[in-house]
Amino acid sequence: MSVILDISKIDMVFPTPKGPFTALKEVDLQISKGEFVSLIGHSGCGKSTVLNVVAGLYQASKGGVILNGREVSEPGPERAVVFQNHSLLPWLTAYQNVELAVKQVFGRSKSKAEIKDWVEHNLKLVHMDHAMNKRPDEISGGMKQRVGIARALAMQPEVLLMDEPFGALDALTRAHMQDSLMEIQAELNNTVIMITHDVDEAVLLSDRIVMMTNGPAATIGEILDINLERPRERLALAEDPEYNHLRSEVLKFLYEKQRKVEPISATKSTKESTKKTTEVA
Amino acid sequence: MNALQLNNPQFKSILQQATNLIALPLVGIAMFLLIWSMAADRIDTSLGKFPGPSQVATQAVALYDEHVAEREKAAAFYERQEKRNAARIAKDPTYEPKIRKYTGKETFFDQIVTSLITVMSGFILAAAVAIPLGIAIGLNKKLNIAVNPIVQLFKPVSPLAWLPLVTMVVSALYVSPDPVVPKSFLNSMITVTLCCLWPMVINTSVGVASIDKDLVNVSRVLRLPALKHVQKIVLPASIPAIFTGMRLSLGVAWMVLIAAEMLAQNPGLGKFVWDEFQNGSSDSLSRIMTAVIVIGFIGFLLDRVMLQVQRVVSWDKAGAH
Ligand SMILES: Nc1ncnc2c1ncn2[C@@H]1O[C@H](COP(=O)(O)OP(=O)(O)O)[C@@H](O)[C@H]1O
Ligand SMILES: [Mg+2]
Repeated sequence: MSVILDISKIDMVFPTPKGPFTALKEVDLQISKGEFVSLIGHSGCGKSTVLNVVAGLYQASKGGVILNGREVSEPGPERAVVFQNHSLLPWLTAYQNVELAVKQVFGRSKSKAEIKDWVEHNLKLVHMDHAMNKRPDEISGGMKQRVGIARALAMQPEVLLMDEPFGALDALTRAHMQDSLMEIQAELNNTVIMITHDVDEAVLLSDRIVMMTNGPAATIGEILDINLERPRERLALAEDPEYNHLRSEVLKFLYEKQRKVEPISATKSTKESTKKTTEVA
Repeated sequence: MNALQLNNPQFKSILQQATNLIALPLVGIAMFLLIWSMAADRIDTSLGKFPGPSQVATQAVALYDEHVAEREKAAAFYERQEKRNAARIAKDPTYEPKIRKYTGKETFFDQIVTSLITVMSGFILAAAVAIPLGIAIGLNKKLNIAVNPIVQLFKPVSPLAWLPLVTMVVSALYVSPDPVVPKSFLNSMITVTLCCLWPMVINTSVGVASIDKDLVNVSRVLRLPALKHVQKIVLPASIPAIFTGMRLSLGVAWMVLIAAEMLAQNPGLGKFVWDEFQNGSSDSLSRIMTAVIVIGFIGFLLDRVMLQVQRVVSWDKAGAH
């Protein structure tokens, strides 16, 4: 498979009032066309920073991102982003939100009728065609996130970037959204990078799970290939030994190898946590 | 009405609403009128007793009658003129009739109209300058830092302090044998503009600068050109803040205008108050008090109108109250 996106040894150093803060160190990842990659790691480790560098919203301090052989230097619709809190324009309806993106990307190449069809097609894809003319404050969180995904899909991006797209949703809605996303993915075969902190979500959706170490100077710890057959069925997988093995691999990475040391655990008397605490302190 | 109906929760809530909306404000007004008339009785001025509600009501009617009488006089004047002209044309078809304007006294209602036109013109001029400037400042941090000291310096200056300067500058620069608008109108209007400017600049720029970062990122991912970014993202997002600034400044503008008209003897409600004060007749205080109430009521209406406009324009219905 051909590499479409090359995240090439990026460092990210933020200037802060207390001096430079190295958030990322030598993050290196190659992604093939049509691959679904999850980024997982403890909160604050630098997942969003990686995504923002790929999106072009941040400029890496060292290294760079190469998409289709060309270096990325600014944001663009070929790297559409689905933000965590939907970020729909509150004064526009669902239809108008998607339309704004479609007009901007395809305004020259599509006729008026084609634009309308394309907007509606994408809203249908996320099952939001029934509420096209509703404003964001008139629809639920899950529906808003669907419209956000429709907006991103409508740009026909080379890479779809999603920052905890379902993080703010309740468990049932989230499961529903995951199924929808798998359906869409089976149809469109997009190249996707998705940030998540939900282990089941990562295993269920991904072709590869990229596990990040804790910051500062976070980097890629391990990469886990998920070779479960598609289409995947969450109920069937629950009893699948391979699925459960993969799941426990991720859990082990997160809770043993990259155990996050919070102030609460400092009082615990296990050897592991005492050792880690002293390391951090 | 039976007890069942009275206990009906829906009936209760309607009753409660009616109390809050109508009964309580009425009680407040009644209390005010009572205290006012009692206090007025006790205050003796060189122009007689301080006017109570009933004297003010009388003068309000009198002011209206004067207005109607003045209008009738004007109509009669034009009629006579027309007849005269018609007669002369009948005698001499080459005669070109001259229409002379009626130069009667300006009534209370004329002064209200003058003040309203002045405040709206000054306000609109200020908005036309302040909103684009505020957007530019909000978008550009460097410009913000550069302009900020000037805004901070002029913001606390009472616009009345500008009045003498404005008057002199207008006299010097606005020299035309056939002026489109009177100088006094320009003076008042520019003073209003000066006081409207700052709240609008500040609120607009703060609104623009505090746009949700995610929305700005959406615009960046879409690569919206600068103008489209302002039109599609910045302007709608900061509409609530812009309206807050507009309502603030219109309120201040109305107060300042009346004072400016008094000070500079420019036509308008302020001049009406000043003229009555100078007049010193036994009715003067009642007439001034009428003006005071009308000024307050118009100020209230102006704010309501702005609110209504905001409701129509803004997507943020929650913000408009
Ligand atoms: N713009 C910024 N300026 C300074 N520090 C930042 C900035 N953005 C992120 N960071 C820091 O970088 C680290 C990683 O943040 P982030 O990528 O948001 O983590 P995650 O998405 O994994 O929760 C955090 O310590 C955060 O405080
Ligand atoms: Mg994040």
